[in-house]
Amino acid sequence: MTTTTDITSLDTPAPERRRGWRDVVLDFCRRRPLGAIGAAVVVLMILVAVLATLIAPYDPLAIDFAAMLAAPSTEHWLGTDAYGRDVLSRIIYGSQTALIVGFGAAFVGSTLGAVLGVASAYFGGRIDLVVQRFMDIFISFPLIILALAMVAILGNTLPNLIMAMTVPMIPRCALVIRSSALSIREMPYVDAARAAGFSHARIILRHMLPNVMAPYLIMLTSFLGQAILLEASLSFLGLGVQEPIAAWGLMLRGAAVEFAETAPWMALFPGLAISLAVFAFNLFGDSLRDALDPKLRTG
Amino acid sequence: MSAPPLLEVHELRTEFSTAGGVVRAVDGVSWDVHAGETVALVGESGCGKSVSALSIMGLIAQPAGRITGGRILFKDRDLLALSEEEMRQVRGREIAMVFQEPMTSLNPVLTVGRQITEACEIHLGHSEAQARTRAIEVLGLVGITDAARRLRQYPHQFSGGMRQRLMIAIALSCSPDLILADEPTTALDVTIQAQILDLMKDLSRQVGAATLIITHNLGVVARYADRVNVMYAGRIVERGTAREIYANPRHPYTLGLLRSVPRLDEPKRERLAPIQGQPPDLTRLPRGCAFAPRCAYAIDRCRQEAPPLQSVGGAHLSACWVADTLHVRAAGGEREAHRETVGG
Amino acid sequence: MSAQRGENERLIAKRWEGEVAEGDVLLEVRNLVKHFPVGGGLFGGPAAVVKAVDGVSFAIRRGETLGLVGESGCGKTTTGRCILLLERPTSGEVIFEGRDLMTLSPAEIRVVRRKIQVIFQDPYSSLNPRMTVGQMLDEPMAVHAIVPERKARHDRVRELLAVVGLLPSMAGRYPHELSGGQRQRVGIARALATEPSLIICDEPVSALDVSIQAQIITLLETLQEQFGLTYLFVAHDLSVVRHISDRVAVMYLGKMAELTDRATLYAEPLHPYTQALLSAVPIPDPEVEANRQRTVLGGEVPSALRPPPGCVFHPRCPIAIDDCKAAVPECREVRPAHRVACIRV
Repeated sequence: MTTTTDITSLDTPAPERRRGWRDVVLDFCRRRPLGAIGAAVVVLMILVAVLATLIAPYDPLAIDFAAMLAAPSTEHWLGTDAYGRDVLSRIIYGSQTALIVGFGAAFVGSTLGAVLGVASAYFGGRIDLVVQRFMDIFISFPLIILALAMVAILGNTLPNLIMAMTVPMIPRCALVIRSSALSIREMPYVDAARAAGFSHARIILRHMLPNVMAPYLIMLTSFLGQAILLEASLSFLGLGVQEPIAAWGLMLRGAAVEFAETAPWMALFPGLAISLAVFAFNLFGDSLRDALDPKLRTG
Repeated sequence: MSAPPLLEVHELRTEFSTAGGVVRAVDGVSWDVHAGETVALVGESGCGKSVSALSIMGLIAQPAGRITGGRILFKDRDLLALSEEEMRQVRGREIAMVFQEPMTSLNPVLTVGRQITEACEIHLGHSEAQARTRAIEVLGLVGITDAARRLRQYPHQFSGGMRQRLMIAIALSCSPDLILADEPTTALDVTIQAQILDLMKDLSRQVGAATLIITHNLGVVARYADRVNVMYAGRIVERGTAREIYANPRHPYTLGLLRSVPRLDEPKRERLAPIQGQPPDLTRLPRGCAFAPRCAYAIDRCRQEAPPLQSVGGAHLSACWVADTLHVRAAGGEREAHRETVGG
Repeated sequence: MSAQRGENERLIAKRWEGEVAEGDVLLEVRNLVKHFPVGGGLFGGPAAVVKAVDGVSFAIRRGETLGLVGESGCGKTTTGRCILLLERPTSGEVIFEGRDLMTLSPAEIRVVRRKIQVIFQDPYSSLNPRMTVGQMLDEPMAVHAIVPERKARHDRVRELLAVVGLLPSMAGRYPHELSGGQRQRVGIARALATEPSLIICDEPVSALDVSIQAQIITLLETLQEQFGLTYLFVAHDLSVVRHISDRVAVMYLGKMAELTDRATLYAEPLHPYTQALLSAVPIPDPEVEANRQRTVLGGEVPSALRPPPGCVFHPRCPIAIDDCKAAVPECREVRPAHRVACIRV
């Protein structure tokens, strides 16, 4: 009698070694050196921010009028600003601000945007239509204008700043994720989940969201770069972080116009820091997008 | 057959470099096609049948894929020795190909007429007017009415079956000597499939072209092929006329396939007799016969040495060490299986 | 070891005794209609309607297999999806175990979903690539609280895997680490996890290699016997449908053309479409093929946006007369247990 357990399928051996994280990272470094460089710079930046207290030679808030506007020297490697504060230390601590505000806004913005995008695609119909129109409205404002408006209305605290940066990011992310989610929604495994009587929340979070990882990561990395730039811009305009917190944009604000000729290092180094950070994130993000591209279709 | 074959493939080897290793998609196959006949390459996915056709056409994607050995003699010229320029003359003009997916094989931004006339103009040196006449003629041949109007339409305005007819029209437009049809009807409905295959059979007779049909569908092969090559893991395991193969299969794989396919005309068998196991991993083929792990009749020799393709009676060839005793053991096995299901 | 396995399987089978007795009607579909609106704007009505399913009725008894065949666009997949409530029918009744699914509350529907499950066609897209096999099988049992304790669920997952012919160690694998046939087995195990009474099989073997098809068909048959399952087997491959079904329904362009038991359908098909369909299927035997009488059906399947008036088959029908255009023929019983939608029969 033929039993159900005709173990006819025993033959496929398990893959010898599953591709772990280490393999993925090494492969990425080998195949996309530019992206790897970008990633290295990002990691460096994170390390600098985390170890700021250990590596910064001076207290970033320490005012020293005696050393005001000093050019780069052995004592102050990158010089000092108009208050005699060490530029290098301020840049090191500025990375903390950039990362907290930047990462914070980017993570929250892209994650909320992803959930919104997936939910919108999942429900479809009128809900999708209404959500999309709302997103369109928000997107029609350039990132910085909306952030400016929100800070102006809500006030200048750090949480408000993060929120002001998060809000414009949500619809942009939602729209991109939504288009990937639309194709996932048609997948039989989503139908199987519906047929199994799972709740909407479970399907969205457990079945659909993990399958939009590729576009999500890409949006996230691109937002990181933009967030840093946005924070810098807002601070530069005086609507971001306030004195005396060390923030790159803020450093530019004081330095750019007034001391452009007399103390160019004041603007140069923060400017370089911003450029480097954004560039690194973009490099990494671009390479990530290329690496994930075939799987953008959630293969 | 006294006349030399139209197409002769000798020890063709094609491999692909993949992340998992080297895949020997075609591993030393030899077969031929004579003028006017229909030959089938049958097998499941991964057996190498499509890659064989693409190798003939020189359409193997490089650098991952490469033809590493063998000769392909077409009208006494070795296609593998031709330059790309020369090969281009052959493609479309002397050997035409019909692909599986009519949706993606036609250029969506060119009119249908343009796609047909382009081939005529390039290969036959026709003028625009001549090419157009030929296009209308060929559309008529494939049963598309109102040809003059339809020439101006785009592929998306045709249904699946019609698109496949277009593919056939394009293939026929330059009166090729050989048509390679790679799963030409797999994507089509059954009734349309019957139409298209009948059409191809009629036309190839009319036009005098030989056909190489590549498929996994045993019914299609039974209906349309004169001779059959059964492929498994990149090799040919059995060859013969269609009647020989179906009436007297001499390879366990062929036998297994025939037994595992439900048939419309037979009374219902209690159970199908599936072939056990999984299709082979082409990066890790076992020593000896590739089918041995799944074979109910394997002996020790099968696991040590790969059997060559040799005659089991005239032009009927089989690559199996136990081919001679197969039909006896198979018949006995069937009686046993019958006893099991009936009596238990 | 196998004694243990047998015991496990007996236990599973015992737990699955349903309320509907063997031989009684488990599912009845009455005048099912599903129209899809096409085009049109936010404020205007739809520009056109695709009549995917246009008045289909049938019943399935507990323990039997009803085959639903037809070519692309005939509505067989949509019918299955309506029964699963993946699509909301435009009108008609879907009566399962005596209750019309259209009238149930969402909470009741959730309970019913345990009993009607599905197996999909494409093994490559029917499993969530981000979940392991074990997680996929565990989830329905956890969500429906069929087996509340985690340890018991873990054992049950291993049971399910064994029942479909997979090694228990495969619970830790991801779908891309399995072959097509193995994935399909996982799909079957997933369907079994909620202990359903009815399984909609939507072309479960079409995407598999021929040799694997036979394995899966055999598995489905064995499981049906073992667990008293009822199948709605949707497929376009007539040979497979004939093999596995007790009764067969033929659909064309949203309507049912013929419905009868397997033997009669193949020995004495009455509807001209069924005859043409059977004629078109190639039989793997050159002798038989050479001597066969065949009727090749001309023309193409019309678009479901603009179905022909009256009998939808009349433009391609070899025996059509003027009256065929006038009215839609009812799928009526012309012989005992044999329904045909044709006025010429």
